[in-house]
Order: sequence, then structure tokens, then C-alpha cells
Amino acid sequence: MVQAALVKTKPVIEISDLNLYFGEKQVLKNIQLTIPQKMVTAMIGPSGCGKSTLLRTLNRLHDLSPDARITGKVTIDGQDIFHKNTLVNKLRKKVGMVFQKPNPFPKSIYDNVAYGLQINGFPKDKIPQMVEESLRKSYIFDEVKDKLQEPATRLSGGQQQRLCIARTIAVKPEIILMDEPCSALDPLSTLKIEELILELKNDYTIVIVTHNMQQAARVSDFTAFMYLGELIEFDETHKIFNNPEKQLTENYIKGHFG
Amino acid sequence: MNNRLRVRIDKVFKVVFRIAGFACIAILVSIFMMLLYNTVAFFSQIKPLDFITDTQWNPSRHFGLLPLLASTLLVTLGAMAIAIPLGIGTALFISEYATGFVKNMLKPAVEMLSAIPSVVIGFLGIVVISPGISNLFGLSNGLNALNGAILLAIMALPTIITVAEDAIHAVPMTVKEASYGLGATKWATVKNIVLPAAYPGIIAAIMLGMGRAIGETMTVLMATGNSLAFPTGFFSSIRTITATIAIEMGEVPFQTTHYYGLFALALILFLITMAVNVLAERMVNRIRKFQ
Amino acid sequence: MNFKAIFKENPLPATMLLFCTLLVCTFLFLILGEIFSKGLSALSWSFIFDAPKNGMTKGGILPAIVGTLLLTLITTLASLPIGIACAIYLSEYAKNNTTTQIIRAAIRNLAGVPSIIYGLFGLALFVQGLQLGTSILSAGLTLGLLSLPYIITTTEEALKTVPQSMREGALALGATQFETIRDIVLPASIPGIATGVILSLSRAAGETAPILFTGAAFYVTGLPGNLFQEFMALPYHLYMLTTQHQSIATVRPLAYGTAAVLIILVFMLNIVAFMIRNKFRKQLK
Repeated sequence: MVQAALVKTKPVIEISDLNLYFGEKQVLKNIQLTIPQKMVTAMIGPSGCGKSTLLRTLNRLHDLSPDARITGKVTIDGQDIFHKNTLVNKLRKKVGMVFQKPNPFPKSIYDNVAYGLQINGFPKDKIPQMVEESLRKSYIFDEVKDKLQEPATRLSGGQQQRLCIARTIAVKPEIILMDEPCSALDPLSTLKIEELILELKNDYTIVIVTHNMQQAARVSDFTAFMYLGELIEFDETHKIFNNPEKQLTENYIKGHFG
Repeated sequence: MNNRLRVRIDKVFKVVFRIAGFACIAILVSIFMMLLYNTVAFFSQIKPLDFITDTQWNPSRHFGLLPLLASTLLVTLGAMAIAIPLGIGTALFISEYATGFVKNMLKPAVEMLSAIPSVVIGFLGIVVISPGISNLFGLSNGLNALNGAILLAIMALPTIITVAEDAIHAVPMTVKEASYGLGATKWATVKNIVLPAAYPGIIAAIMLGMGRAIGETMTVLMATGNSLAFPTGFFSSIRTITATIAIEMGEVPFQTTHYYGLFALALILFLITMAVNVLAERMVNRIRKFQ
Repeated sequence: MNFKAIFKENPLPATMLLFCTLLVCTFLFLILGEIFSKGLSALSWSFIFDAPKNGMTKGGILPAIVGTLLLTLITTLASLPIGIACAIYLSEYAKNNTTTQIIRAAIRNLAGVPSIIYGLFGLALFVQGLQLGTSILSAGLTLGLLSLPYIITTTEEALKTVPQSMREGALALGATQFETIRDIVLPASIPGIATGVILSLSRAAGETAPILFTGAAFYVTGLPGNLFQEFMALPYHLYMLTTQHQSIATVRPLAYGTAAVLIILVFMLNIVAFMIRNKFRKQLK
């Protein structure tokens, strides 16, 4: 089924035989998954199922944890991300990430967005314009345009998260990973971020981890259901929510566990 | 800046930071090797057995460790006899008895005490403690082991208080509440619950304070009279290992037996303080496991 | 439960503990009272801004003050780069393996090495080995080594207070690990680092034993002109005035004055560190 749906799309991330261990503990088991371009793919599942771990594999954030061990293959645009010639910072520029809790740098609002541009060597004279553009695209420009030099930590949680999205899209990634981006936010801020996600998918491939099934249903085109480190089912979102193939998926969707 | 250059800078600094990390090992090892090298040179001229058994330190002929070691141990033990009860008592008071304003004032007071340079405490030994001792005990001279012990106690107190207070503070509130719940008084709880639970940390505090006292130079150099005779009691003028190095190193000709002998003394001192610190660390690790 | 209630419940132990605490406080007030009651009267502009005169029985201590400040500066320059680099290694790069444990054990042991042994090491390495002679440079480098373990420990603690999410945020934008440390981690931990560094420098400024044979001098005419000269320092000056001067009784007021200046200097550094720490804590909230 999923093949039929994916035919109309172009694959951008291809995960095959992926296993991940923290020390002795296996957290991801033999994951096979193809993520389509310029679509929103949601990952759902009960806490501890490995959905965030899988997400963080895609921009190699596990490099930071010394006891993480990975086998298998992940390619992005056909390039093996674990290959020894892959430059991890280049990979991460291409695969941006928005985190669970808003994590603006202890800098001004402007510098938060400009930072990524500066280190990635965008032309200096273009930076102010690019900062503004990113802030506009994230629907936060009007709220902050008069206080660009104020510390970002003074913004509300929802504003901080949109600033983090602005900071991420500023460096022109192709893919944006979102790790439960609304879990620390109030309903109104959540709504704004969801609208933003629907807007952003015109330009970016988005992979979003969420524990909120309504959110997955609202924003995503495809949904992957994970359970105990395994990918149970992956299909178009409406299919997963209305007519799942696996009993386990159905139980989760109907709120029988998790 | 192109990406390849950024990645290269990143790699270079990774190596730089790692070198800095390993430099710490290198410094400790070089200190030890420097002491060892000179000590070996010393033992090529003086038999190790003589160094250990000779009861005189008189650098024209006699290189006996014993009087200096005895002096060091005497002042250290004296200092500990004063500092352990005072330090633990104060730590208990700050952590369990004092509240509000008093507690908030005591901690900076301890920090202030630890900030006072040792040379100032040595000065105090000369101008206050020494006349005090000679008046009190009817001695002609108050520059003796007792004076050194009091000063070293003052030097060791902040360390003992701070580390012991941390250990006492780390005893979980729930454990104490359980004791109060059974109707135990404050003191009964402190004696039966808090002190046993904080025991390893308190031992560590004592060891660290002792390490500080053994290695302290200026106070004992200034206030113990610097007599080379074998100490007979707390009213003896004494000369510790540290004071001997401080006095003689300035005048000794380079690479003579005497010069090497001072390094041999330093090696003994190094080994003693290291052993004391390692023991203290073991105790601290034991608390970590306990938590 | 306040102290009164505890006291009523069981007076003897409460009294004993209070007595211990009061005695410790007495030590502090005895030192401060003695030094300031007799030292402050010796203080004057000429005491601070004049050189010693008449075989140090008159005049001031300017060369010793300048020497100590300069020495502290050299100590900072010597210890700060290595200390911070080592702390960065431990906090940001080191895996929790045997090598790292050895490095940590080495640092703890360095902190326990008696200061006089640093003096010997400085003599053997800088004065004789590297042929820097007895000089303010040798003494500064020696004190730099002595300060290293404190600077590493406090800096590492400061780096650890930066949330991991900050690092991940920067890395996710394509920053290299070095760029993350340089642009995000270090700026966020500067107040903490500054506090620790100032405290360890205040300790170094009061040290005497390590500079005994590495460069401190009884008397030097004029202020230190270059890095290879011997120098006067406050703690060494106090030691000399108290025990080595030919007319100890005559120079006693000068000794009190010197002790007062030394304590004021050290306390000032402590207060600055304290203020930075408090301001930082408020910012975190």
C-alpha cells in the first residue's frame, strides 16, 4: 500500500537495517524506512519506543553520546551519512533540528538567527536581510521587529520555539527534524507552530516526532508508528488513523495503551 | 570560511584540548620524576638507611629524616587534635543547628578564614600566639610546636568545615525526618543518624585538612622556632620538613649532597601528602556510591 | 525548629557545638582585629605609594604591591590558557574511560601537592632547567602551575552548568564542536569561570613558599622593569619584615601595615568573585 502512495513522491531519506545500541541496550531494531521529499512525516508511538532516538540519528546527534553504537545504513539524497568522508557539520546544516524544549542561545534575538548564517559563511552583507526573511517565514517578525537586540530568553515559550524554527530555516536546510516541538507549549502556541509546519512543507521535508496523535493527524502526510524500538507500520496518515493494517497500531491509535 | 578549513580548525583544537588534558598528568609525573631524580642522586652519596635512621639533621654530615619527620608529625597531630573537634563541631552547628541569618553569616566567615594567606597566620603566631603561650605557661619563648599546631589548626579548619559540612548536608532529609518521627531529639538524631551516614565524608574532611597541615610551610617556618633538636614535646622548638626545605634551599649550593638531600625530604613529603589525599578520595568515592 | 528550642531540648551538645563555632569565629576576628587595629594606623598614601627607605625601616611598600600585582598577572597568563583548555577537554571531549579518570586523579593530586614542592619544581624547571633565573617570570610560572588544578576544577564546573540543549542547538545548525564551544559554551560560562579564576588568583597572590627560591627578593631598588628581574612581593615582604630583618621591633608597624594591605588585596579579589557569582545566579533565575 505504502509503495503505491510513495510512488507519487521522491524519496529523500532512506533508512535500511538500522540498529542502535546504548551500551548493551538495543534501542532501535532493524528499521527500514523511506521518507518522502517535501512532505511532513510524523513519528508516533508510546514514550520510550525510540522515535526521538531515530530522529536524532538522522543528523548524527548521537555522536555526542560516547556509548551509542549504530549499525545499518542511512542515506540522505543518496549520500551515506555515516560514511567516513561525510562532514558531520555539513550534514547538520542540511538537516536542521527543532528541539523539544525551546533552546534559544543566550544571545540577542537577532544573533540567534544570524549565528548559523555567520558560521556557515553566508555573505556578511546579506545576513540582516536573511535574518528578517527567516523571522517572517516563521511568523514571528512582527512580534520581535522592535526588539531584535533584546535577549531571546525574554520571549515567551511559543515565541522562543518559533525563533528556533527561524534560526533553523535561516541556514537553508533541506530537511527539518522536529522533536516534539510543541510539548512544552500552550495550545495557542501549538496551533501557531502547526500552521507554520503546514506552511514550511512547501519548501522543506519535515520529520516530526510527536506524542500527540491529533497533531500527527493534523499536520502530517505520512505517519510511522513505532513500538519498543521497532517500526510497526508506515503509511499515509489518513490510512494509519482510519484503517491501519496492524492490530498494534490500531490499539495505539484508539488509545488502548501508551 | 570554507567548510574544509572549519573542519580542520575543529580537529586541531580537539588535539590542543586533549594535549592540555594530558599536560596535567605530565606535570604531576614531572614533579615526581624531578623529586625522584634528585633523591636518587642523594642516595648515591648517603645510604638510604642512614637517611631513615640517623636522628640528626645537620647538613655538614648528618642527613637524618627522623627529627624533621617527628616535628612534622608532632605539629600535624597537635593541629588535628584541635581542628577535628572544632571543625566537625562547627560543621554540625552550621548544617544542623544554625538557621537563617546566623547560617548565612557563618559560611562567608569560613570562606574568609580560608582566604587569609598563610604568611599572615604565621605573623599572627609571632605577634599574638607566641606571647600568649609564653605568658600562659611561663616559657621564655612561645615559638614552639604548640604554636605551630594552633596555627596549622587554623589553616586546616576551613577545609575540614567545608568538606564535613557538605557530607553532613548530603544526608537526606527523609532519613532525619524518620528519626524525628520516632520521637528522637535533635542531638540523638545527629549522633545516631547524621554522623554515621556522613562518616566517610567526615573522614575525607579530616584527611584533606591533614594533607593541608602537613604540607603547610609559612606558618610553621615563622612560628615554631626552627630548632634542629629532636622534639620532646609540644613546648619544644621544632623544625618541620617544609620549614627545613624553605630555610635551606635558599642558601644551599647547586647539586651538592645537601641540595639533593632537600629534594629527598620533599619526596617524602610528596608521598605522605599524596597518600593522605588518595585515602581521602577513597572516602569521598564511598559516599558517592552510597548516594 | 530554631536554636532556642533545640537548646532547651538538650542543652549540653548544643552548647558544645555553639562553643566550637564561636571559637572558630574568634580565630577569624582575632586575625582581622589584630591586623586591622594595628595595621590601619600604619596605612597612608606614602606607605602605599613610596618605596622602602632607610634599610626598610621607613617609607612604603609600593614595589611589593606592584610586584604582587605583576606576579598575579603573569600567573594568570600562565595558568589560564592551559587551565581552561584542560577544563574544556574534560567537560566537552573526554569520554568516561580510564584515561580520563587518570587525568582527573592527577588534577586532584596536583591540588594536594604542598606549595613548597611547587617552589622546588619551579626552581628545578624554570630557574635552573629553562635558565630563566630567579625572576618574576619564574615565580609567576611556578604560581601558574600551583593555580592550575583550582582553575581547571572551577572552570569545568562552570562549563557543566551550560545546558546540553545549547550545545545541541548550535551543532544542529552546522556548527563544529569547536565553534559550539567558542561561540555558545564559553560565553555562557564566563561569569562562572571568572569567579573561579579570581578566587584561585587570590590564593596565588597570598602564596609565599613557591616564590621563596624562584624570584622573590628582600629588597629591590625601583619597580620591576622586565620579566627577568627579581622582585618584591607582599607576602614575602611580610615574612622578611617579621623574621629576617635586622631590627624586627622597629619595623613591626610596617609589618602590620603590609599584612593589612595583603589581606585587603585578597579580600577585594574575593569580594569581586562573590559579586560576579551573585550576579550570575540572579541571571540564571
